[in-house]
Amino acid sequence: MTSAATYQAASDRSLMVRFGDTISLEIHQRVRALLALLTAEPVDGVYNLQPGYTSLLITFDPLQRDHRELEAVVRSYVERMDAVQLPAARRVEIPVCYGGEFGPDLLDVAKLHGITSEEVIRLHSSAAYLVYFIGFVPGFAYLGGLPEAIATPRLPEPRWSIHPGSVGIAGRQTGVYPVRTPAGWRLIGRTPLQLFSPQRETMNLLSIGDEVRFIPISPDEFTEQSSA
Amino acid sequence: MNTLRVHEPGLLTTVQDLGRVGFGPLGVSPSGAADHAALRLGNRLVANDEGTAALEMTLVGGVFSVDSDTTIAMTGSDFGAALDGFYVPPWTSVRVRSGAMLRVGPTRTGARAYLCVHGGISVEPFLGSASTHVMTGLGGFQGRSLRQGDVLAIGDTTQPFRKRNVARRALERLAPRKTIRVTAGEQIDRFPENSRRALVEGTYRVLEQSNRMGIRLDGPPIPSNLGAEMITEGVSLGSIQVPAGGLPIILFVEQQTTGGYPKIANVISADIASVGQLRPRDDVRFQLVDIAAARTAWAEDERILTARETIFEQ
Repeated sequence: MTSAATYQAASDRSLMVRFGDTISLEIHQRVRALLALLTAEPVDGVYNLQPGYTSLLITFDPLQRDHRELEAVVRSYVERMDAVQLPAARRVEIPVCYGGEFGPDLLDVAKLHGITSEEVIRLHSSAAYLVYFIGFVPGFAYLGGLPEAIATPRLPEPRWSIHPGSVGIAGRQTGVYPVRTPAGWRLIGRTPLQLFSPQRETMNLLSIGDEVRFIPISPDEFTEQSSA
Repeated sequence: MNTLRVHEPGLLTTVQDLGRVGFGPLGVSPSGAADHAALRLGNRLVANDEGTAALEMTLVGGVFSVDSDTTIAMTGSDFGAALDGFYVPPWTSVRVRSGAMLRVGPTRTGARAYLCVHGGISVEPFLGSASTHVMTGLGGFQGRSLRQGDVLAIGDTTQPFRKRNVARRALERLAPRKTIRVTAGEQIDRFPENSRRALVEGTYRVLEQSNRMGIRLDGPPIPSNLGAEMITEGVSLGSIQVPAGGLPIILFVEQQTTGGYPKIANVISADIASVGQLRPRDDVRFQLVDIAAARTAWAEDERILTARETIFEQ
């Protein structure tokens, strides 16, 4: 079954294409298919494509075409999406040192659910997560698939700044902060890996569609892998 | 290599061009000059391509010198710049001698001034742009705002001096607006009637916490009737998002690429440069226009910015 796409002017130079209003693998694959098609066969005047959970925001030069013209072109792409072959998911393992100074909110998360910290770690590191898209800041992957048993609301007041590599939880999402930013997610651990590195050939560790697993490590292993 | 030396950096001085576009899928927002019109005209005054990198100063300028005679122009807001004590008016090209001190003071008008140098400021590009993204420490000069003692490479200085000005009529047409025009936001239907009315009838004050990522506003709260947060989606430059507290935030050039708050409106392309000139404590109002009017306004601004007669030589 395929849901119909909807089109809306987001600004005088952007068009929002939505494939639904629930987070699901099927809708995610439609977002990816349209992104892949628009990347492989660029449309003249389109200069940015921003995927979300269920949508793709297309930014374009309004002096080259208007929303109606662009929508007609994108509709023709959407009709051809079923033929798009998405590459198989890459599997990426992310080592995480949970709790302590690395995960200042681990105890609170455990308390909120009436379970032990060890149980939070076991649940968080047992699931396979999907990278729905990269957004917010460079290299930040929105990961879906957090076990319901540890789904936790954001902090009432965001922190002003966090360490890069901090692993957070917000609702049914989890993610790793690549850079120092203000952050409202509950922090349960930290990875020694660099999620974003402008010097690296592939700047982002994660890409849309990847499958991610978290591997618990000790503080000693964290130190070892940080200097590696 | 010719250089520009920073004797005093000012409050927040960064290298900016027109930004890096097309890297949304990596989570990288464009950044770039907060007032693109001032940067573009400044570059034309010193015979550069309009998107050449220059220095963007915020509220208070710095003190600079060059080690070789060249041509500069100050554009944007009037920061009372002086060259060895002589006032340098904005919007005109100026001959600078090696070693002369350019002192750029506190603003007399809006938030930002640009120092354009013939040949441009030369830095290692990141994703095709010289723009500094302050929050993530990417691009520009070492990914940061300038400090005392920094020495920046500048372009070739051999071109003979030409006195150039911006036509008065063009400056009048492009003058920063205090009433910002907006189109309807994607979630406007999720805002009750009184929120929608308050946005266009109220006066908002720019808060101190505003920066290149976002302009935070104080004024009549305009909450949506969305109970929970939305599913995160891509956000456009100039979108006016409204968190649960009801106070709007305009997403600006260093914006996050995605967000989960409802958007009541979106600043039109033609008025983005005006947003770049808003200072903390400035008052601002909003006027709702349709997409067709926004397109017309942008086409007209672009025509003025690129027209031959906008810049004239004496």
